[in-house]
Amino acid sequence: MDILISGLLLGGTYALVAMGLNLQYGVARIMNLANGETLVLGALAAFLAFTAISLSPLVTLVIVAPLAFAANWLVYQFLLRPLVKRAKTSGQLEVDSILATFGMSFALVGIMVSIHGEYYTYSFLARPFEILGTTVAQNRLVAFFAAVIIGGGLVAWLNYTRTGTAVRAVSVDTEAARLVGINVPRVSALAFALGGAVTAVGGTLISTFITLDGSIGVIFTMKALIIVIMGGVGDLRGSIIAAVVLGLVETAVASLIDPGLTLVAAYVIFLGILLFRPQGLFGKRNA
Amino acid sequence: MNKRKFLARATAGLTTLAAASLLSFTALAADTIKIGTVAPKTGPLAGGSLVSQWPNVDLWVHEVNERGGLKMKEGQKKIELIAYDDKTNPTEHIKAVQRLATQDKVDFIIAPYGTGFNIAAAPIYSKYGYPQIAVTSVTDQIGELTERFPSLFFTLGDTTSFVAGLKDVLVKLKDSGEINNKIAMVNVADAFGIELADVARPLLQEAGFELVYDKSYPLGTPDLSPIIKGAKATEADSFIAWSYPPDTFGLTEQAVIENYDVKVFYTAVATAFPAYAGKFGSKIENVLGAGGVNPDTDEMKAYRARHEEVTGKAPDYWASANTYASLQILEAAIEGVGEVDREAVTNYIKSNTFDTIMGPINFDDQNSNRFWTVGQWQEGVFRGVVSSNIEGAVDVKLKDGWN
Repeated sequence: MDILISGLLLGGTYALVAMGLNLQYGVARIMNLANGETLVLGALAAFLAFTAISLSPLVTLVIVAPLAFAANWLVYQFLLRPLVKRAKTSGQLEVDSILATFGMSFALVGIMVSIHGEYYTYSFLARPFEILGTTVAQNRLVAFFAAVIIGGGLVAWLNYTRTGTAVRAVSVDTEAARLVGINVPRVSALAFALGGAVTAVGGTLISTFITLDGSIGVIFTMKALIIVIMGGVGDLRGSIIAAVVLGLVETAVASLIDPGLTLVAAYVIFLGILLFRPQGLFGKRNA
Repeated sequence: MNKRKFLARATAGLTTLAAASLLSFTALAADTIKIGTVAPKTGPLAGGSLVSQWPNVDLWVHEVNERGGLKMKEGQKKIELIAYDDKTNPTEHIKAVQRLATQDKVDFIIAPYGTGFNIAAAPIYSKYGYPQIAVTSVTDQIGELTERFPSLFFTLGDTTSFVAGLKDVLVKLKDSGEINNKIAMVNVADAFGIELADVARPLLQEAGFELVYDKSYPLGTPDLSPIIKGAKATEADSFIAWSYPPDTFGLTEQAVIENYDVKVFYTAVATAFPAYAGKFGSKIENVLGAGGVNPDTDEMKAYRARHEEVTGKAPDYWASANTYASLQILEAAIEGVGEVDREAVTNYIKSNTFDTIMGPINFDDQNSNRFWTVGQWQEGVFRGVVSSNIEGAVDVKLKDGWN
């Protein structure tokens, strides 16, 4: 029971890390290496607001979301759109976007370090909560519920609304989407901006229980990438399920075998999926 | 203005600017002494170096220059600091030192931050003859290294005495019947944590302790609750974590949440950081950690006040003071020699005793035996409880809940 609950909570955290990248990579076709930095920016905002004016991260979150959305939309329009336009193949766009966002990640690290170079550490809801006989931290629980709401909301939006359907269409095939009258550039920008907002909100929530610093973003980028690839690029459900699986397995290994083997376990699953289902859990095989 | 014109003008402007700065630079060089420093401002170690290293470098340069500069034979010379970020990457570090030595032609270089960096960069400091007063460097290879690199100095002690300090605390508590002989020990799975755990295992077992929980976890583990839950399930009265800053915070937070009721709770690096108290407040009363200071001496009080005044933040309760003391040593040695003669300065360090904020420091085979190994949070201050040759250690108290 312990393992199930702790694992689910960790899975929720991973989902927060990965959902944004999935939208950005799966729909907007931008392999955003600055994804982790976006997350840390959300965390930095929460930390600064909390230490300066003791603003609850849950309030900061409401401010961070639209800001991150707007900022990412601008980044897409002015920085990445030119790359999309000039790219002749999806491979070229991938290379270009990797290089561009890699550079962006350095710029963001520099900015964050100059704002606050030390650890972003503060205490918010670091209190125990009894749930089915297991003690969990309230801040993790809050983050988990937020992940459920965000994840559920996104899945519902993608499946039951017109815009959501358009987003899915673009994720399947940009050319075909254009042919049926979808404004691909707009939908891509929307997906990129939304992905950025989700990631930044994730950072705000994660900062309540993990100590971050300006340079730690790359670790989250890697984790997000692994989860997105495991789940299947462009499929949000896949990312959520992969995140939960990863959370459960890591917690089980840490509790039953040895905490030192969590990373090994994570990579074994990753390798297994790459070997036997290279398109990811929910991914569609490329033609 | 079309693009090309703009570019041409911008280039011309930049060139003038560069030329101007070069001119002012040469004008300055004559009456300053150039000191280089390379340490992480980004990367995994940045969070620590921005607490313990950089503010002290800034404070020291500020103070020396405020006094009018270093007193040399040909008059006072202000310090011109040339700083580079090594991005927590040893290759970058070595490149930066090379640049300081060959292009910037600095007179002295402040030692790196972190054990790995001090060891990795020792050959290059030695090659150019720069005295390297390593502070944030805890290793059992001090003898070997100082023999190989005659300009390398150590000030924070070796791994064995670091662990032995904690062992002594535990033995005393066990002998007086205050704790049982069972210990839960965890370590972060990287060079630092592994070395400490490897040294601790035999030391603790020889002292009659039983390690009932002994695990490692990867750096950056997002959820440390399985570890605290696992340790809690044992009967150990003592919990030891050879941890790095993010996990020091994480393990403590989980201990608070799980209400992990141990009598001894020890976390390593960052326990002495002001941010640790900032995060946990009174909950960390009687938590033990690496390092410590005696905050009650006049020198230390004055240092802490100046640090806050100049850098705008409080120093930590461990390496900050040692770092500042090492700069005082460098300063006194340069002034003692009176000219930029690196070999003479190195020899001066070897053969003199220095007045620092931590009291008098001298080097025995290039190693200073004056340092704190274990400290404890007591009423909002992290006080040293075990030291090597420093007075002012206070008695250890047992942890009593997380309130």
